[in-house]
Amino acid sequence: MDLTYTDEEEEFRARLREWLASVLPGLPPKPSPNDWPGRRAYDLGWQRRLYDAGYAGLHWPADAGGRGATPTQHLIFLEETEKAGAPYVGANFVGLLHAGPTIAAEGTPQQRARWLPPVLRGDEVWCQGFSEPDAGSDLAALRTRATRDGDHYVVSGSKIWTSHAEVADWCELLVRTDPSAPKHRGISWLAMPMDAPGITVRPLRTLAGSAEFAEMFLDDVRVPVANRVGEENDGWRVTMVTLSFERGTAFVGEVVACRRVLGELAAQARKNGRWDDAVLRRRLGRLNAEFRALWRLTQWNVSEAMGVPPARAESRTRGKAGGVPGIGGSVFKLRYSHARQELFDAAAEVLGVAGALDTDHEWTLDRLSSLSYTIAAGTSQIQHNIVAERILGLPKDRPTGLRKDLQKGGR
Amino acid sequence: MRFQLTDDQRALRDGVRDLLAGRFDRDALRTAVDTPGHLDRALWRALGDAGFFALCLPEADGGVGLGLPEAVLVFEEAGRVLLPGPLVATHLAAGTVPGAATGERVVTAPAGELLPWRDASDVVQGDATGAVPLASVDPLTPLHKLPGPHAPRSPEAVLLTAAEQLGSAARTCELAVRYAGEREQFGQPIGAFQAVKHLCAQMLVRAELARAAVYAAAVTADPVEIAAAELLADEAAVRNARDCVQVHGGMGFTWEADVHLHLKRSWVRAGTGRTARETEEELAAAL
Ligand SMILES: Cc1cc2nc3c(=O)[nH]c(=O)nc-3n(C[C@H](O)[C@H](O)[C@H](O)COP(=O)(O)OP(=O)(O)OC[C@H]3O[C@@H](n4cnc5c(N)ncnc54)[C@H](O)[C@@H]3O)c2cc1C
Repeated sequence: MDLTYTDEEEEFRARLREWLASVLPGLPPKPSPNDWPGRRAYDLGWQRRLYDAGYAGLHWPADAGGRGATPTQHLIFLEETEKAGAPYVGANFVGLLHAGPTIAAEGTPQQRARWLPPVLRGDEVWCQGFSEPDAGSDLAALRTRATRDGDHYVVSGSKIWTSHAEVADWCELLVRTDPSAPKHRGISWLAMPMDAPGITVRPLRTLAGSAEFAEMFLDDVRVPVANRVGEENDGWRVTMVTLSFERGTAFVGEVVACRRVLGELAAQARKNGRWDDAVLRRRLGRLNAEFRALWRLTQWNVSEAMGVPPARAESRTRGKAGGVPGIGGSVFKLRYSHARQELFDAAAEVLGVAGALDTDHEWTLDRLSSLSYTIAAGTSQIQHNIVAERILGLPKDRPTGLRKDLQKGGR
Repeated sequence: MRFQLTDDQRALRDGVRDLLAGRFDRDALRTAVDTPGHLDRALWRALGDAGFFALCLPEADGGVGLGLPEAVLVFEEAGRVLLPGPLVATHLAAGTVPGAATGERVVTAPAGELLPWRDASDVVQGDATGAVPLASVDPLTPLHKLPGPHAPRSPEAVLLTAAEQLGSAARTCELAVRYAGEREQFGQPIGAFQAVKHLCAQMLVRAELARAAVYAAAVTADPVEIAAAELLADEAAVRNARDCVQVHGGMGFTWEADVHLHLKRSWVRAGTGRTARETEEELAAAL
């Protein structure tokens, strides 16, 4: 067990810090939450800066246009950018953190060449068209149809909760290509251009007040067959790759941000007298333990992803070959998503009544948006199922047999 | 940065696990429960022979010369099997009390307001005046209560106790998962029911977070990290034991199931350090 960084890694950190210190002061002001074109421009502008400085796609394999950096370097990158208060990945979330890595892992050389460089350069934004009104947790129940017509699929159906749909150029879209197959077997993963005719995007207002996500209606949208990643009807497997990136690595940087907020809470409480409240103080102390441990768990997961020969497996949470994160991400996500909610509840206590009810305050907005963390990317209930079945090896529920037994009278 | 066990650390852990499986299996555990207050001296010497107490003693002094991370792995294993005795105190006395390192002498020390294993020990390190016996909730840990103000435990003692708590938390998770896979109701294993499944998943998550905290604290030896480890390991041990009882249903409420022994020991261990309130205050002060 080693928590020290090598000289090379420390040098990398020092160079990165220097660079951040030189660019961050000159950054334009953040656009308001509902200024979508502004947000897109801002997020892409930051990505372009990262690209020009050689920090784009740090953790991607070199043959996918990335820098082939070690997971540790990527961890340092996330730590330092968060500490310095650099812009969050924002509209680039899907492209950089899961659609891109999925294409890097599963795409053909042509597909990688077409889609990956623009993500890294900050030229194109992706969104995720997985969920449907009747297929959320039960994602494989999706019904959006794609029918072959020559070298195109004709896609019809609707998607929901599509984050950043309004400003996206591409959508990682799940469609049903074989309606007669069992539900997990007839799905395909497509890259859909968002400017194709037949797409209607209707923004949905979140409880935090912003139009973070949207409904998407697809009416005979033509998508080239060449845009399919993975085999036809093999989309569920590709989806699992996408989801393991989404849960496995996408939240890592945020733990650092939470630790920063926690420090700010303590400073604020000392200033405004709330620190005298022993219950609140102890609550902050407990959160300190929580977020320190979550950061250590992150380091553990990252080290694990660096590859331990399976014969010497520590637990059954490790990643598959090819840098796909393991389901240890579910363990992390479960605890993190709840801890984040507790953090911003504590922030409300620090702010006092009026402050906590003031949506001009960043912490109030964060408190509202923290409610999404136990839902998005798979609800806590679904994560518990995953941990219990895939890590602990507990049996799957068999609802039909159960219902039959209950009808017989149960106990 | 490579926050994973090294090959040597893995081998050490596996070796201790094998040793304890051989020397302190379930029969031995039940025998110990049936003979309260009695410490198995032969077992103690066997532990000494295996280097359990001399682990962190420099090689020049006849020790194994390993560090806190290794000690934590060993104490985690002790916690898994509910190994009885003043293990932490004897381990920490290895350099100062003759015979402690080899397992010839049993050493105990005050821990908070409690003094475990006074009558069965050869040496009490620290002030034990006025100690009065207490009807210990844990049949495997005889206790005395100490009067007056108590000295804080050393950071090492706190951390090694947290490691035992971690071992216990991981073990009760395993016991629950095993039972949930075997016991059938409504025509299927109870582990297929989400209510049970989710209890088990929460146990794993608690244990894994505590593990990250305990191992990191062992590597850094930082007081704030140790406080975090203590808090999370206590929580994991106590709550996992409680959930494990629940998963076992009526069986969990019997003397026969081992679960209650984990619950009671985890309460005793949590009671031998600072209170959760004090630990939280320390963690707050560090912000
Ligand atoms: C902020 C945000 C952004 C999102 N962005 C995107 C996006 O960009 N693209 C996209 O495709 N999707 C996105 N989602 C959708 C997200 O993945 C789904 O909301 C989520 O998977 C839950 O599905 P649902 O909303 O249909 O809830 P449901 O599945 O209807 O769940 C309702 C309740 O039932 C529980 N439940 C359901 N099934 C089970 C079960 N088997 N066992 C126990 N409990 C169960 C759930 O836990 C939940 O409490 C986003 C969601 C949010 C909140």
